[in-house]
Amino acid sequence: MADPRMATFALLVTLFVAPFRVAAEGAIEAFQFDDATQEARYRALTEEFRCPKCLNTNLAGSDAPIAADLRSTVHRLILEGASDQAIRDYLQARYGDFVLYDPPVRRGTLLLWVAPVLLLAIGLAMVVVLTRRRRGVEEPLNDSERARLEELLHGHSGKDAK
Amino acid sequence: MSRASLFIPLTAFVVIVALLYAGFSLNDPHQLPSALIGKPFPDFDLPALGTQDGTNLRVSKADVRGPVLVNVWATWCPTCRAEHAELLRIRDESGLRIIGVNYKDNPAQARLWLSELGNPYEFNVVDAQGTLGVDLGVYGAPESFLVDASGTIVYKRVGDVNRRVWQEEIKPHLDALAKSAAGGAPHG
Repeated sequence: MADPRMATFALLVTLFVAPFRVAAEGAIEAFQFDDATQEARYRALTEEFRCPKCLNTNLAGSDAPIAADLRSTVHRLILEGASDQAIRDYLQARYGDFVLYDPPVRRGTLLLWVAPVLLLAIGLAMVVVLTRRRRGVEEPLNDSERARLEELLHGHSGKDAK
Repeated sequence: MSRASLFIPLTAFVVIVALLYAGFSLNDPHQLPSALIGKPFPDFDLPALGTQDGTNLRVSKADVRGPVLVNVWATWCPTCRAEHAELLRIRDESGLRIIGVNYKDNPAQARLWLSELGNPYEFNVVDAQGTLGVDLGVYGAPESFLVDASGTIVYKRVGDVNRRVWQEEIKPHLDALAKSAAGGAPHG
């Protein structure tokens, strides 16, 4: 790669992809399942929960010992026949809302849910106010200005290329 | 544009800084709010850490009679070593009983640790697989739980128990428990 810009681009792509590779290879246990549906549920659930020790890694992607424990807990509950919702409730009862990336709407989380709508409303209000104000600034031209405008638009059409 | 509206950007800036300050400094993002406060101590049936090999005593929830401090620890946990002296001191000064949960540890090393550093625990639950840990919502040792006389968890500490935590957090909870127990006594 002779072009330094290409080299930089390749480096950036590598750096961007590297964390995902590590995350994808975080979980190494080989669990046995009764059927493919159970395995698919296990994958979906461990992708869904957040590792309690990590700030932004899911159970499937974390190397933390607690994440391994919780993966084996999810595996055990699936084999015991627990539904997806029962497993969610089980983990939430022990680790709280933190393990759910999708927090339930309640008083403490209300700001989290309302803030995006609120910010959008503020943004729209600002756009409306600013456009209104700008329109208000426009004043009709007086006679000399109108004459000058006419001159600019039509009077010198032959010299446009200058 | 009026004079007052010139202050809108400054006001917005101050509000954002205040929110960020609160978000980043007042709450430690690593401290999870415990889901277990006010809930009963979980059921368990696990071996106790014997004073020597060959003892196979088992302990269960019935043995956790409050008020008692349940301390989750392990020999692989450096912070547990740091808080160990404070646990000994709390037991000696206040008489608060302390139960240990030896979490995902080597029992032989755990016994060695207790004989070297002193043993503040009434007994230790051997949680080799971390199953009791999961039921307690443990995500990193050390963690400590204050359990009241009815077996309900009233307080949780993630991290070391030090002088400040004892005086400002655990002791007030303990005093409140003693007060409510004294107040409730005439009614049975």
